[in-house]
Amino acid sequence: MATPSAVARSTPRPRPVRTRRNTELALVLAAVLIAVLGYIEVGVNIDGSVPSGAAGYGAALGVLALLAHGVIRRRAPYADPLLLPIAILLNGVGLVVIYRLDRATPRSEAAPTQLLWSTLGVALFIGVVLLLRDHKRLQRYAYSGALVALVLLVLPVLFPPVYGSRIWITVGPLSFQPGEFAKILLAVFFAAYLAVHRDALALTGRRIWGVQLPVGRVLGPVLLIWAAFVGVLVLETDLGTSLLFFGLFVVMLYVATARSGWIAIGLLLAAVGAAGVGRLSPHVHSRVTDWLDPLGSIEAGRGANQIAQSLFAFAWGGLLGTGLGNGHSILIGFAAKSDFILATIGEELGLTGLIALFLLYALLVSRGFRTGIALTDPFGRLLAIGLAAIVGIQVFVVAGGVLDLIPLTGMTLPFIAQGGSSVVTNWIIVALLVRMSDVARRPAPRPEEG
Amino acid sequence: MPRRGRAGSSAGGPQGLPGISTTGRRAGTFCVLLIVALAAQATRVQVFQAKELDHNPANQRLTVERYSQPRGNILVGHDTVTGSVPTGGRYDYRRTYTDGPLYAAVTGYSSQTYGNTQLEGTEDDVLSGTDPRLAGWALWDAIARKQNPGGDVYTTIDKAAQQAATKGLGSQKGAVAAIEPATGRILALASTPGYDPGSFAGTSAADQQAWDKLQADTNQPMLNRALRQIYPPGSTFKVVTAGAALAAGTVTDIDAPTGAPYPYVLPGTTTPLVNDTPVCNRPNLSLDTAMIYSCNSVLGYLGVRTGLDGMLSTARDFGFNDAKLDIPFRAARSNFDEKMDESQLALSSIGQFDTAATPLVMAMVAAGVANNGTVMYPQLVDRLTRSDGTAVQVMEPRTYKQALSPAVAAQVQRLMTDVVEKGTGTNAKIRGATVGGKTGTAQQGVDNTGTPYAWFISWARPAGSGEVPPVAVAVVVADSDATDVTGGGLAAPIARSVMQAVLGG
Repeated sequence: MATPSAVARSTPRPRPVRTRRNTELALVLAAVLIAVLGYIEVGVNIDGSVPSGAAGYGAALGVLALLAHGVIRRRAPYADPLLLPIAILLNGVGLVVIYRLDRATPRSEAAPTQLLWSTLGVALFIGVVLLLRDHKRLQRYAYSGALVALVLLVLPVLFPPVYGSRIWITVGPLSFQPGEFAKILLAVFFAAYLAVHRDALALTGRRIWGVQLPVGRVLGPVLLIWAAFVGVLVLETDLGTSLLFFGLFVVMLYVATARSGWIAIGLLLAAVGAAGVGRLSPHVHSRVTDWLDPLGSIEAGRGANQIAQSLFAFAWGGLLGTGLGNGHSILIGFAAKSDFILATIGEELGLTGLIALFLLYALLVSRGFRTGIALTDPFGRLLAIGLAAIVGIQVFVVAGGVLDLIPLTGMTLPFIAQGGSSVVTNWIIVALLVRMSDVARRPAPRPEEG
Repeated sequence: MPRRGRAGSSAGGPQGLPGISTTGRRAGTFCVLLIVALAAQATRVQVFQAKELDHNPANQRLTVERYSQPRGNILVGHDTVTGSVPTGGRYDYRRTYTDGPLYAAVTGYSSQTYGNTQLEGTEDDVLSGTDPRLAGWALWDAIARKQNPGGDVYTTIDKAAQQAATKGLGSQKGAVAAIEPATGRILALASTPGYDPGSFAGTSAADQQAWDKLQADTNQPMLNRALRQIYPPGSTFKVVTAGAALAAGTVTDIDAPTGAPYPYVLPGTTTPLVNDTPVCNRPNLSLDTAMIYSCNSVLGYLGVRTGLDGMLSTARDFGFNDAKLDIPFRAARSNFDEKMDESQLALSSIGQFDTAATPLVMAMVAAGVANNGTVMYPQLVDRLTRSDGTAVQVMEPRTYKQALSPAVAAQVQRLMTDVVEKGTGTNAKIRGATVGGKTGTAQQGVDNTGTPYAWFISWARPAGSGEVPPVAVAVVVADSDATDVTGGGLAAPIARSVMQAVLGG
């Protein structure tokens, strides 16, 4: 990381680690600029003029970005310099696309609310970076956190379902998706449990068909907790989140124990679960049918379903896209701003924009994993890896769904899709990664100032 | 990822298994691969499947795009006969027609619900702005997805002739096609009963009602009778037979006796070919007399003498049996059977049996004779322009076929002028002009009980002019309330007014 000139001094003291805060500042400003240009493009393409809100929007995003950067500069000076700019850029682009879709649905504006949630998200980010001095303290709350997560997950059962899924808590005009927060609590719990029990879990039990199975005694409790979570989610028909929890569980078990047997068990459980749910739930069954034959409903004379409409949007975008504001992704119908927001990006920014977006996510994920690998305490390592895995798996599940790579399961694209709980949760994830990366990159004996 | 020694070494895995540094790296690679899979799938959808998805019938984008800007216009002379109005709906602009019924057989329709036909269909790329020739910088425009404003389509239609044709047909069922013989420019194209293409251009319930009503109408108002419907041409086909007989040398002098017997019994049968007028009931009439009185027996005999090959060749040269006659939209195939015995050939030679023609092809017959035997390809589009008026494509007259030699054509011209001067076509006479024509009255229906089709084909030029006549026309009246349905009585006056409109202008 350090340049040769920085280590030119002759003394054998450890190489000074550059904080890279100025790099971060430059990238953050670039991210804000890109988002503002996108906002202007929407106005120019739709109205032929720069939208009046451009300055305000740019100022709002800029202030949030600079506040977050300032706090990192003060309290986490060694943090990974890419995490915040990526988060700002993703959130900014998300706001632009939601604003763009608002223009097509003037009666239900979502961008102002989303900006409010983003502000709350950045506030929580600042709060976490300021207040959480040492991530190891989270270990103490692992079990109570898991309990809270379970309660959060069960609560929506008491509320009416929205679009076939009981994952919402609706209070007046506010709706809230508790499953989003639960995933952080779950990652903390897994990290804490596995950090303590990884040696026991790695003990080999019986060997079946050439696969070393773990000992049942330690497998039992983990399986029980996991089953409780997934069971609740299946009850709520929230497939996306159950898939995410399941993927997170398998990844963290493997990373902690290095036992590929866990992966075999995981795949087996997934296959059994998927087959069972697919057979029992007509909701899931239709998703699988649509996945296998997205254009089938057209041939059957029932018109294009949402997946078909989503594919139409992507296809129309082609290599370079129509430009923001020039697409017709609103034809997708409901959830265009949330689950299907990627289709708008694909249509209006094209394959080029989409791949740039995927690169941002890949970069964010790999920076998270890298933080985990660089840390020394098992809990921190597992937590950072778990949080990064959440982002990676979630992107895959939602983008794969709308691209017809896997069956569609309702989920939000991190930082971009409309949804307050989602954007707030993702800011907390990035805050935790910033916090931990500061620890990971901090030189062991602090270099003297100057 | 550069490995940080301090971090990697401190935490080896349990029981000598790989540590978190290794497993974490593997899991990270897995997560990144998931995202790579997304990029691969996006490439598949956006590049390889894009075209197919764009053209899926359930995908509204092409339609939305088409109506996102005012459509280019269709012009008659300098007059715009179409327009576009903002709708305020999903499809931004809707087609309008300044005088829809008058030009429906020319323009066709452009409907947001029912698609595009005729000029609106064949010239759609220009009108909707997607034709690459409209672009100033084709490559850059393609990258920037710049939509070019719709181009305009200038037709060859002569407004006065079109109005005369439509007015002449009035409430009768029928059609008119008029051509400029020297160039093939189509001067008039009318079909009645007509319809207003603007009545169903949009997507509203009223549009749908108008469409359903037109579809349910047994009079088929949306059928373009000028070139999409074939009728037995009856005696107007005798112009083709006379030309073929002269070309084959069956007849060398139109005023000399032909040797045609009377009665003429259809070969291989005992049925004589009957005539409509007793003047014809004599043997050995001249071709000129036979044409003036439209003698079936003589022309049937001459057709058989000329033979199937000669008849077929001349008929083809005038446009018969051409299944791909595009003006630019396609005319129905006019038919002259390719395999017949002699009795069938005799009947076919007087425009009966299976012989059937569109008014357009019969206008080509009159125009070919008028143009000294050279049939010009009929064309409806004079030029295509960008919205700024610069031309993208300009019509060039094209020869369809040399159907007759100039010498034979001159003889047929005299036969036709004699018909108008002395025979069945006197209703087409125009003061100050030389008119050549031929009547036709074709039986139809079971046992010929239906109202006959009244035909007239003709051309005209100012008297004393040595030029190619500026107009040739074919008229068919398919179903009239008139008591005396004959080509000379019903169709000739319509042809006359169309010719007058062209000569007067």
